[in-house]
Amino acid sequence: MTVQQQPNSFRTGPDERGHFGIFGGRFVAETLMPLILDLEKAYNEAKADPSFKKEMDSYLAHYVGRPSPLYFAERLTKKFGGAKIYFKREDLNHTGAHKVNNVTGQIMLAQRMGKKRIIAETGAGMHGVATATLCAKFGLPCIVYMGAVDVERQQPNVLRMKMLGAEVRPVTSGSSTLKDAMNEALRDWVTNVSDTFYCIGTVAGPHPYPAMVRDFQCIIGDETRAQMQELEGRLPDSLIACIGGGSNAMGLFHPFLDDRSVEIYGVEAAGHGIPSGQHAASVTGGRPGVLHGNRTYLLMDDDGQITEAHSISAGLDYPGIGPEHAWLGEMGRVKFLSATDEEAVAAFQLCSQLEGIIPALEPAHALARVFDLAPKLPKDHLMVVNLSGRGDKDLASVQAWLEAHKK
Amino acid sequence: MTTRIEKRFADLKSEGRAALVTFVMSGDPDHATSMAIIKALPKAGADVIELGMPFTDPMADGPSIQAAGVRALKAGQTLKKTLAMVRDFRKDDSATPIVLMGYYNPIYIYGVDRFLVDAKEGGVDGLIVVDLPPEEDEELCLPALKAGLNFIRLATPTTDDKRLPAVLNNTSGFVYYVSITGITGSAAPDATKVSAAVQRIKKHTKLPVAVGFGVKNAESARAIAAGADGVVVGSALIDALKKTLDDTGKGGPATVKAVADLVADIARGVRATGKVAPE
Ligand SMILES: Cc1ncc(COP(=O)(O)O)c(C=O)c1O
Repeated sequence: MTVQQQPNSFRTGPDERGHFGIFGGRFVAETLMPLILDLEKAYNEAKADPSFKKEMDSYLAHYVGRPSPLYFAERLTKKFGGAKIYFKREDLNHTGAHKVNNVTGQIMLAQRMGKKRIIAETGAGMHGVATATLCAKFGLPCIVYMGAVDVERQQPNVLRMKMLGAEVRPVTSGSSTLKDAMNEALRDWVTNVSDTFYCIGTVAGPHPYPAMVRDFQCIIGDETRAQMQELEGRLPDSLIACIGGGSNAMGLFHPFLDDRSVEIYGVEAAGHGIPSGQHAASVTGGRPGVLHGNRTYLLMDDDGQITEAHSISAGLDYPGIGPEHAWLGEMGRVKFLSATDEEAVAAFQLCSQLEGIIPALEPAHALARVFDLAPKLPKDHLMVVNLSGRGDKDLASVQAWLEAHKK
Repeated sequence: MTTRIEKRFADLKSEGRAALVTFVMSGDPDHATSMAIIKALPKAGADVIELGMPFTDPMADGPSIQAAGVRALKAGQTLKKTLAMVRDFRKDDSATPIVLMGYYNPIYIYGVDRFLVDAKEGGVDGLIVVDLPPEEDEELCLPALKAGLNFIRLATPTTDDKRLPAVLNNTSGFVYYVSITGITGSAAPDATKVSAAVQRIKKHTKLPVAVGFGVKNAESARAIAAGADGVVVGSALIDALKKTLDDTGKGGPATVKAVADLVADIARGVRATGKVAPE
């Protein structure tokens, strides 16, 4: 991508039409347009209402368990002999991932808007579990669309959602993964316009979702800033996070975008390797197009048909990326790297064995790049990796991968 | 300059009947059969042809049209081939309006300027792009109008009186009223409610209003036609097409006949009303 002239601040977007540079927007069917305009209005009102924030902070503290720790990964740091590696422990949140931060905000908003029925899409199942959880807490019916392939490979989360009282609807259209689950959720929303709130799980979709989900996730970066100040007396030198749609990454990055000394890395899933074409790296291997309500980097063929993404990680198996990331990439503010299935599995094992923390396969992609960035950096370089979720859900996938790739 | 679409609706209005607008997916089930279907449509009674541009992720479509797109893409359909089909059709039909309908990404990737030139030159008359609401008019709607194509917008039950003017603002050719909230192929709407909705839209525009979603046969077409300027039928045609495919998904002359027969039947329903919606 071409690097463009940098703005005074990276934190002012989107414009009133939901654009981050050329990215973002509101590419939806007319049936949905009045709904997203309503949502935008309701969100703006909630944002300006101190009682909304107060209530949300209270749930985040007492229900989710925030703040999540900023943990010094001492043995990994020692092993690589370079940068000081810190984990932002989103895996310790209730439900086991960062997804719950956003869901708490959206379900509160749904209630404010008087919506009686919640729908969501999910890939790895963490967003589905978080949505099912908040719906259980607030007594709302919850329907989760999940690709049939993901239902298979993320069984523990399917069981959790069902236990929480949600209905999981397997989606068999297209590639039967996250993008198809999103199509199906949009079809549900087009059909059930009056009572339904669509709780999107990442910084994608039509405006205002990318901005709203980002705002709800910014608590990750805000806490990190304060915690690093307390631990080291200064800002971190670099941030790194995995990118599916990009919500855990945006939550960590956004509060630091205007601190130019902080280097920022997003890690996409390279699946079987970028050259194989079997990957989910939409910035590295895609180009700008329009899908799911916004313009962003997408994997597609020359006819503009969306191609299937491939990743061992269900949460990264999406052929797109949030529009704000696309813009930050073009601006050169965020650098995009990638990690293969093999590298992620190796990082998954190493982190488990050296730190006693089993990470989700998604942040294991970020860890894979930490492991080759860190050794080249000085010992006083402070690097924060977003440990976006825990890996219990992935044990079967990792086991199967290791069996299949026995040397 | 009047377009073929404007002329066709004006002519039918003076004949005193509603237009039959037929939707089929270009390239479904394969290029040759699809071409034969399109050529058979006007003779069977179609007044306007809506030609679907297949897309991998048709977010507003139900199972029938989704499957039609999958079949077309599998058979190798591309936007370039769809435009070529229109050019081919125009060799012996210069009167039947053709509207391309689909999603934005394939057009965006083809290149908006190049697409508009090729579409216009090839004999396309109008565009319906599901995921381009008025909020994104600069993308394609305004350039299309400038290029002399009609840009037909969908109005839905969620498009209230406050929003209608914005939706109608850059709409031309006709207004496509989606009679239910839902995906294509959903249950048939109540004809009296539809007629009331058409009247509501007509308070805001002089454009003809065609009604779609849920029209399955001559009877439902007749009921809708009595209260609108046009009736759109899509999923039912695609279901009829699908029934003729063999186990490998191949079609043949029976496929063309099945679609044409249903169109002829529905056309009788539309013509039976003998009146257009009052102004
Ligand atoms: C633990 C975890 N991390 C990351 C992701 C990827 O999503 P995002 O890029 O929106 O953070 C997921 C998605 O399911 C996840 O479960």
